[in-house]
Amino acid sequence: MTATENPESASPETNPGVPFTLNGVEFHANDGELLIDAAKRHGVHIPHFCYHPRMTPVGMCRMCLVEVDTGRGAGLQPSCMLPVTPNMKVNTESEPTTKAQDGVLELLLINHPLDCPVCDKGGECPLQDNAYAFGPGESRFVEEKRHYEKPIPISDLVYLDRERCILCDRCTRFASEVAGDPLIHFIGRGAQTEVNTFPEHEFSSYFSGNTVQICPVGALTAKPYRFAARPWDLSETESTSMVDSTGARVALHSSQDRLVRIQGVDSDATNWGWLSDKERFIYEATDSPERLTEPLVRDGSGDAVPTRWNNAVKQVVEALARPSDPRRIGVIGGARLTLESQYAWAKLLKGLGAVDNIDAQLGDGLPAELVLGLPKATIDSACQPGGVVVLLGPDLKEELPTLYLRLRHAIQFDGVSLVEISPRVTSFGDTVAARLNPLPGATGQIAKALADGMVGTSIGRSSAEELSAAHKLLISDRPVTVILGRGNLAESTDIIASAVASLRRANPNAKFLTALRRGNVHGALEMGLTPGYLPGAQPLSAAVDGWDMAPRSRGLDTAGILKSAVNGTLDTLVLLGADPLTDFPDSKLAAAAFERVGTVISVDTFMTASTGRADVVLPAAMFGEVDGTFLNLEGRISPVQAKVTSPGQTRADWMIAAEVAAAAGGDLGFTTLAELRSDIAANVPGFSDVHWDRTGHGADGPVITGIRSWEPTLTETAPIPPADDYGLRLVVDRKLWDNGTMTLAAASLKGQVGDAVMSVSPADLARLRIPSGNEASVAVGGGDARTVVVMSDPRVPVGAAHVPFHLNGVDASDFLVTGQPVIDIRIQAL
Amino acid sequence: MATNTYVPHAAGYVDNEGVKIVSSRFQYEDSYTLERSLSTGGYEGMKKTLRMQPAEVAAVVKDAVLLGRGGAGFPAGVKWGFMPPVWPRYLVVNGDESEPGTYKDRLLMERDPHQLIEGCIIACFALGLNTCFLYVRGEMPVAQERIAEALNDAYAAGLVGKNIDGTDVSIDIVLHWGAGAYIVGEETALIESLEGNRGMPRLKPPFFPAAKGLYMKPTIVNNVETLANLPWIITNGAANFKEYGSEKSPGTRLLAISGHVKRPGVYEVEQGRVSFRELFYGHNFCGGIKDDNDLKMFIPGGGSAPWFFEEQLDLLLEAGDVGPAGSMLGSGAIVVMDHTTDAVKACLRVVRFFARESCGKCTPCREGTSWEEKILQRILDGHGRPEDIDLLLEVGANISPSPYPVAAAPESGLEAVPFPPKQTTICPLGPSSVAPITSAIRRFRPEFEAKIAAVSPVGAGA
Ligand SMILES: Cc1cc2nc3c(=O)[nH]c(=O)nc-3n(C[C@H](O)[C@H](O)[C@H](O)COP(=O)(O)O)c2cc1C
Ligand code: SF4
Ligand code: SF4
Ligand code: FES
Repeated sequence: MTATENPESASPETNPGVPFTLNGVEFHANDGELLIDAAKRHGVHIPHFCYHPRMTPVGMCRMCLVEVDTGRGAGLQPSCMLPVTPNMKVNTESEPTTKAQDGVLELLLINHPLDCPVCDKGGECPLQDNAYAFGPGESRFVEEKRHYEKPIPISDLVYLDRERCILCDRCTRFASEVAGDPLIHFIGRGAQTEVNTFPEHEFSSYFSGNTVQICPVGALTAKPYRFAARPWDLSETESTSMVDSTGARVALHSSQDRLVRIQGVDSDATNWGWLSDKERFIYEATDSPERLTEPLVRDGSGDAVPTRWNNAVKQVVEALARPSDPRRIGVIGGARLTLESQYAWAKLLKGLGAVDNIDAQLGDGLPAELVLGLPKATIDSACQPGGVVVLLGPDLKEELPTLYLRLRHAIQFDGVSLVEISPRVTSFGDTVAARLNPLPGATGQIAKALADGMVGTSIGRSSAEELSAAHKLLISDRPVTVILGRGNLAESTDIIASAVASLRRANPNAKFLTALRRGNVHGALEMGLTPGYLPGAQPLSAAVDGWDMAPRSRGLDTAGILKSAVNGTLDTLVLLGADPLTDFPDSKLAAAAFERVGTVISVDTFMTASTGRADVVLPAAMFGEVDGTFLNLEGRISPVQAKVTSPGQTRADWMIAAEVAAAAGGDLGFTTLAELRSDIAANVPGFSDVHWDRTGHGADGPVITGIRSWEPTLTETAPIPPADDYGLRLVVDRKLWDNGTMTLAAASLKGQVGDAVMSVSPADLARLRIPSGNEASVAVGGGDARTVVVMSDPRVPVGAAHVPFHLNGVDASDFLVTGQPVIDIRIQAL
Repeated sequence: MATNTYVPHAAGYVDNEGVKIVSSRFQYEDSYTLERSLSTGGYEGMKKTLRMQPAEVAAVVKDAVLLGRGGAGFPAGVKWGFMPPVWPRYLVVNGDESEPGTYKDRLLMERDPHQLIEGCIIACFALGLNTCFLYVRGEMPVAQERIAEALNDAYAAGLVGKNIDGTDVSIDIVLHWGAGAYIVGEETALIESLEGNRGMPRLKPPFFPAAKGLYMKPTIVNNVETLANLPWIITNGAANFKEYGSEKSPGTRLLAISGHVKRPGVYEVEQGRVSFRELFYGHNFCGGIKDDNDLKMFIPGGGSAPWFFEEQLDLLLEAGDVGPAGSMLGSGAIVVMDHTTDAVKACLRVVRFFARESCGKCTPCREGTSWEEKILQRILDGHGRPEDIDLLLEVGANISPSPYPVAAAPESGLEAVPFPPKQTTICPLGPSSVAPITSAIRRFRPEFEAKIAAVSPVGAGA
């Protein structure tokens, strides 16, 4: 965080700063502050186009020229490039200044098509605004304007109208500097300069939508929003994205009670205004015809038919009351819910129902003990200048893209050193300070070697140089943050926990960010939707007011619940926005569980594979339709707000819980959101002072540190499964675009989902004598062989084979088996 | 060797009487070979340098007041002193010569590549660095070929590379061919291009190459001719160098004269001792205006320079005198135009060059230069409007706030506006387009008016 990015941080009392004169009045700027920012802080707006506070200034548009005298006579200077120096005299209203600004504006307009009436940006366009404020009434340009083919698609999501473009370099700068996807560039010269893609390469970036948001004109438009609304018809509410656990701040825009746009809000603490395309365009799903809008029950012939809420709720109550023992009930899911709804369901099932077989994670997360118990870092503390970040986890660009952008910036501009301990090379590429790509199973061994300083010789494929560089960084006195995630669904969490134990031993001061992908999963765990904990990470033995029936013995996680169903010891399965049939790594186990389980209850927003098998379906309102609170991976709370009315008979999840409780003759103790929040404040440690209604611009909520009375118990003794000389170790991870319910329900996004292939290092592929791109036979253990496409990929370490989860093409769940520390596969040429 | 004659193998070079500091070998047909270089004192300056201290070498260059020959005329010795004590640091040789009218660096590269290589080594040594990048304009295949060959020979002879001439000094020279953009001659655009980026200038401040240049490391950019002077200066000493030329501008310059003179070409001329009149009419030089026509105007320092006229003929070829008179000596390119020249057409011709070569980075130049071109073209096409003349000046003022440098106009009592122009742009390219417009309109406004009056403006801009 530099002074220029946070105008409020100026404190003239303590540091007088740099004295300068602005239009005859004496002011003080912060050290190194750009003139354009200092002027803004003192109420003087300098018109600009290319300047963007989150990107390196380029001084290209020349709109911000002002007359500056630094003692050698007054001259025009771009205020976006000029740090204020002592006693600088600035005149933003002088004749030369206004003449220069008028001149630039006239020149920007000569070739501009002035098609504002049909332009998405019309009404919220800086060019239009500046033209009205400063521009000449009439054009002196009588020549023919520059012509280009009207909007051309530069990706599936973004259109470019080169006639409207003012060549400010914002989009192109964003693509190369911020996103690291330099796929759009200037081509041509002089007045024929244009932004475009490279031949045969579209602008396929996970972050492409940001260019639309920052384009100062209507040159870039987003396919989902094109012609959807006019700015003056939009109404706006700030909220927090629930797409992943970063909790990016967003503004929801609606028109006629429909969500039509999401924009990033510049939050210092989290996303700096940037969003992934998933966070930006996912709102399309709210409108999807696939939405569940009425309760369903299975009738005599086995079909799910609409019913009244009363009847559906009654059946839920019966299904929960029927089992003789709460251990015969299992609950999966909850990360989709707001914090309040999570608390309501946890209280209903745990506090009143004594159920502890509850898990918001679907076998692809981390042990709750780690998530709840490790000392937390913040995104800012991880990205602080000069810090060290150890990535023990997945490719963040795929799982937590906005966190990836923050970290990328920290590496590029703030001297942060990244140690990558990932199962394969991540998108950080060569910017890493040390790269260790342990084979699955060896992660703990590598971390132990780093802790022991046994880095003189290579371990597996990790060279002594990389190991010793990583060791030095890990034990350095620089602030160390471990970003912990699940880099490989085919490696057990015991191994990860063992690696965490070693890293903590190496550096007891290290702080952690748990990079889990499911939206509000941290809220779910904090509220008790995980086995073994009461809300606020309290042990089951704790006494919580109103949770009189709380279980006293630890229940099962998702894998355990599914196994219990297979074993015939589970009567009722409750799904809280979960689809284990497609989303649980071991789909064979999930399928077997659904075959045996008694009653399935699903509280969901879409008809998923699992919901299709449910006996009772309760339709829930979703993001954009509900008020509530989000807890991100830092433990930061921020508001989630309703913008549009939820469709049909859908209800907020917490209301459904309250209704079930009432129908069962119980009492959750709240009937309004305010009462619910009071219950949380009173009963969940850390939440007593939360200002629930914190909204408005830049409302980064506080980090709820949650004072833990316990430490996670970790051992460094995870078994190191011996490698099989003929097999390859399986790496299964997630991609941003997968066959997730929401992605498929968003019309513009579903086409983004690609085909999975199996990737193997070039050396292994050569050894196997399989040409890249050919089909091969793949088998796990003694199981049936499958025929899959195998590609060569240098990012995969020798000895491993990689498949992304839940895409089209190769189905990774074919190879995933629950309960194995690692999975070895055999690939053979056909 | 006869004087005042073309040298057939050195296309464009005129061998005149007078001292030869950089063109001494042009007379030999094999001037570009290592043998010829070595047999005529080549690499002697370098060998002497390698036995001196770097600071001593830099002091000699500073003492010699070697003004940069790339256009800005900044003293090389002073520029070298701006480098902060940071390594790695680089020397970049600007061989992108593309200023309209300029063709002297090409001769230096084609005819005497070893002299340039020697100059590079001297400069590298003085600057305490060991990597030099030599950037040669894309459209100069012969220069590229000769330099590459010369560099191979010099490496083979141990004159470049590891342990040069048996000393512990090691310096590498890396060749790079341009891709054909004029703007890449501007030093920061050249650095961008070398880095593999699109050739667009960087903003100064903060990107002064001496502090933050190639790969953001301290970098000295020098013109080919500037460096070609070094062997002579080191061999003969600063005092001898200052025997030639004027006190303010010692030594010689290679001037490229084109246009309506009897003997256009490249001349090596002592600075500050010869007037434009002598240069155009003198028997040792161009020998008069073509067909003994009347002089109408001349561009004294490349396409970017405001125009001069009859009244300025007696100015000496001295940067310190030309600037206050409203123009510049620039890159040493002089274009002479006689009374048959159409001022509006000449104006369009120069403006069009800048419009096409604008890199597109900043608004005033990208949009303004092409607007100027369109207006001029329209006037010539017979669709001019009376207001177009002032419009041209106003568009120009959006690129370069007035008053724009211009020569005095005694007939109307107007004084000269001294060089350089102000700019709303990032680099001087945009403002350069205003030079011909301001010069031509101030002097030949009636010609513009006549063109506009001649044809009815009906359909203007249609
Ligand atoms: C538009 C523009 C074009 C230029 N072209 C050239 C060129 O072709 N060759 C050159 O040596 N300098 C050129 N320059 C000047 C360089 O920026 C730089 O000042 C010069 O190379 C420095 O060398 P010197 O100090 O030895 O003269 C150009 C400058 C501008 C603004
Ligand atoms: S498309 Fe928009 S953001 Fe990109 S250069 Fe043009 S005006 Fe700027
Ligand atoms: S003045 Fe012209 S050439 Fe120079 S940076 Fe601006 S657009 Fe490019
Ligand atoms: S905002 Fe400063 S030049 Fe564009």
